[in-house]
Amino acid sequence: MDLNFTPEEEAFRAEVRAFLAEKLPVRLSDKIRKGQHLTKAEHEEWHAILNARGWLANHWPVEWGGTGWTVMERFIFETETALVHAPRVLPFGLSMIGPVLLKYGSEEQKRHWLPRILDGSDWWCQGYSEPGAGSDLASLKTSAVRDGDHYVVNGQKTWTTLAQYANMMFCLVRTSNEGKRQEGISFLLIDMATPGIEVRPIKLLSGDHEVNEVFFTDVRVPVANLVGEENKGWTYAKYLLTYERTNIAGVGASMAAFGELQEIARTQRRNGRPLSEDPQFAARLARLEIDLENMKTTNLRVLVSAGAGAAPVAESSMLKIRGTEIRQTIDDLMRRAAGTHARPWIPESFEGGWNGEPVGPEWAGPVATHYFNDRKLSIFGGSNEVQREIITKAILEL
Amino acid sequence: MDFSLGEDRQMLVDSLRRFLADKLPFSDRKTAAFEGSGWSRDVWNQLAELGAIGALFDESVGGFGGSPFDIGVVFGELGRAIATGPWLAALQAGHVLAAAGRVDDLAALIDGSQVIGYAEEEAATWFDPAAITTRATATADGWVLDGAKTVVSCAGTLDRIVVVARGDAGLSTFLVERDAPGMTIRDYLVIDGGSAGDVTFAATPAILVGEAGGAGPVIEEARALGLVALAWEGVAVMDVLRDQTLDYLRTRKQFGIPIGKFQALQHRMATLALEIEQARSAAINAADRFPGDRVERERAASAAKATIGKAGSLVAEEAIQMHGGIGMTWELAMSHYAKRLVMIGHELGDEDHHLARYIELGHELAGSDA
Repeated sequence: MDLNFTPEEEAFRAEVRAFLAEKLPVRLSDKIRKGQHLTKAEHEEWHAILNARGWLANHWPVEWGGTGWTVMERFIFETETALVHAPRVLPFGLSMIGPVLLKYGSEEQKRHWLPRILDGSDWWCQGYSEPGAGSDLASLKTSAVRDGDHYVVNGQKTWTTLAQYANMMFCLVRTSNEGKRQEGISFLLIDMATPGIEVRPIKLLSGDHEVNEVFFTDVRVPVANLVGEENKGWTYAKYLLTYERTNIAGVGASMAAFGELQEIARTQRRNGRPLSEDPQFAARLARLEIDLENMKTTNLRVLVSAGAGAAPVAESSMLKIRGTEIRQTIDDLMRRAAGTHARPWIPESFEGGWNGEPVGPEWAGPVATHYFNDRKLSIFGGSNEVQREIITKAILEL
Repeated sequence: MDFSLGEDRQMLVDSLRRFLADKLPFSDRKTAAFEGSGWSRDVWNQLAELGAIGALFDESVGGFGGSPFDIGVVFGELGRAIATGPWLAALQAGHVLAAAGRVDDLAALIDGSQVIGYAEEEAATWFDPAAITTRATATADGWVLDGAKTVVSCAGTLDRIVVVARGDAGLSTFLVERDAPGMTIRDYLVIDGGSAGDVTFAATPAILVGEAGGAGPVIEEARALGLVALAWEGVAVMDVLRDQTLDYLRTRKQFGIPIGKFQALQHRMATLALEIEQARSAAINAADRFPGDRVERERAASAAKATIGKAGSLVAEEAIQMHGGIGMTWELAMSHYAKRLVMIGHELGDEDHHLARYIELGHELAGSDA
């Protein structure tokens, strides 16, 4: 056993740190640190900065503009960027549709769409969930009927993250009602400007607008936008769900957030002493720290085995469950640490350029909002119940 | 033994429930609670007419209730409707006024003509009155206050405020008029609906309520009653969340069957039902220990708040989780009940605070036995 990073990996870490110190705009990291929303332009700005360095598609093959990094290098990169409050790279183009096209797309599709992901020409969104098809995704009903050189799409998608910014959607549609449900699904690329598409915002309990409903009425999609074969879309969809899960536990982001929590516990006082010395809070903090430290090693174990060629499906599910639970626990302790100051709610404060006085300590402003918003973590991306099913079947063979 | 509410209380419950369902439907609440001051003076006055405020106080001071069980059922119905407004403040302020024999002021609170708030908590007190720093000074022209209070319920829309401040003789309570010189209010919404505000005083004239330096026991009692109120409110919110979640488990189908047929969810739901009944018992215990021995009363109040805090987070989080994506949405009433339930934990001290207090009071109990 050797739990150290290699000298090469440490050198890589130093290179990443130097890059971030030079290129990450404080304007962006400040917003992330304060829990403010990034604008579309700010997301695109960060993608462009990474792309200029050749580090945007850090898990694509080199010939398509990727970095050729090992899983461990990717882990280091993701951890280091999170620790300095860099914006996250949006997954829809780079981690979702990109890898599907790389594996199942035609040469023409790859040549057309992949460079547009890198240079920011396209903002993709994911058309998977429907009102009646959540955990049971294969029951989806949005239909695509062939009409000459087009498919005609009718139906509804929901929980479509940042569809308000997207100009393209990769979408699961039903092209057949014969046989098994999974065998009648196809994978289409849809231009969001096509007539018949309507995007309606969904307001979350935290007040945030991140997700949308998308309605399709006789939307004509060129047959050239079918990925792979008709009725084979389920295979591609599943590939997308299992691909690039090295960062699924969000270790870097949780480490950064835990560091802030520790700082808060040292400064926030209750009953005449810092929270870090309050027996109840200190116990909560210690349990969380132990869990996080354990998860780091679990994650590294999975990465090393993935680097050796294993396909860590069930292990990814473990990382997803515990990673989201840890993040939610951090949010939970942050709101507890805020005491009465968790309650004030100033929606304007989540937008950049807000210069108002915070109520109570500055860090307390967004904690309750984050706590409620992050309840989504154990619901989306395959709910934690679905992940437990995967573990039950794939590892425990029950 | 008899755990029924009794006929009079049941009538109050029924009339409040009908009124609130009619006047504060969720379809209005989801916008109204997040606009302006987030609560309706008009509804407040109508509830006053129905006796909701009077029920919080004893007949001897002009109310028509005042037992902790009366307080409990009123807050239970407010919780069932997640009604916004300075209810907890009215309870605490009214208790202080009653204890000082200020029945005219209390009468104005009870009939709705004056909305009187309550300002005790400061940025650094964390629900510990010993840490209060707002200063009260006796001058030739009367008392003046200097200092700041935080997250004062409905601060921007009160007629008067009962303020806890420290003078040379110790903690005292004061009445401050809405337009008192030197008082500034910065108000804001709160995340579960309604509003609060930071209130600062600079040589602000104030009327002493009760004895100078003698407020300690009164504000402790007022807080204990507040804890009873929040416990009953919390249980009512949990009841609603349980029913909404059960309804969803019975009707939402995935994989061809209602998701409530999955044993993994059934057992979690069973745990919630159990925790809610435990919380109800804690709320009943807390109400039962009044007036009684101080340490026993305070321990039961802290036990209730610790229980409601722990059960509340669990019920809120599980209700959202079992609803899945739809449970994350603003449009669904459930998510607002979940927010209220979690935020109850941030009023008058959280689960950890009251667990620690329960332990300390236990030492006092052991000490007195020795």
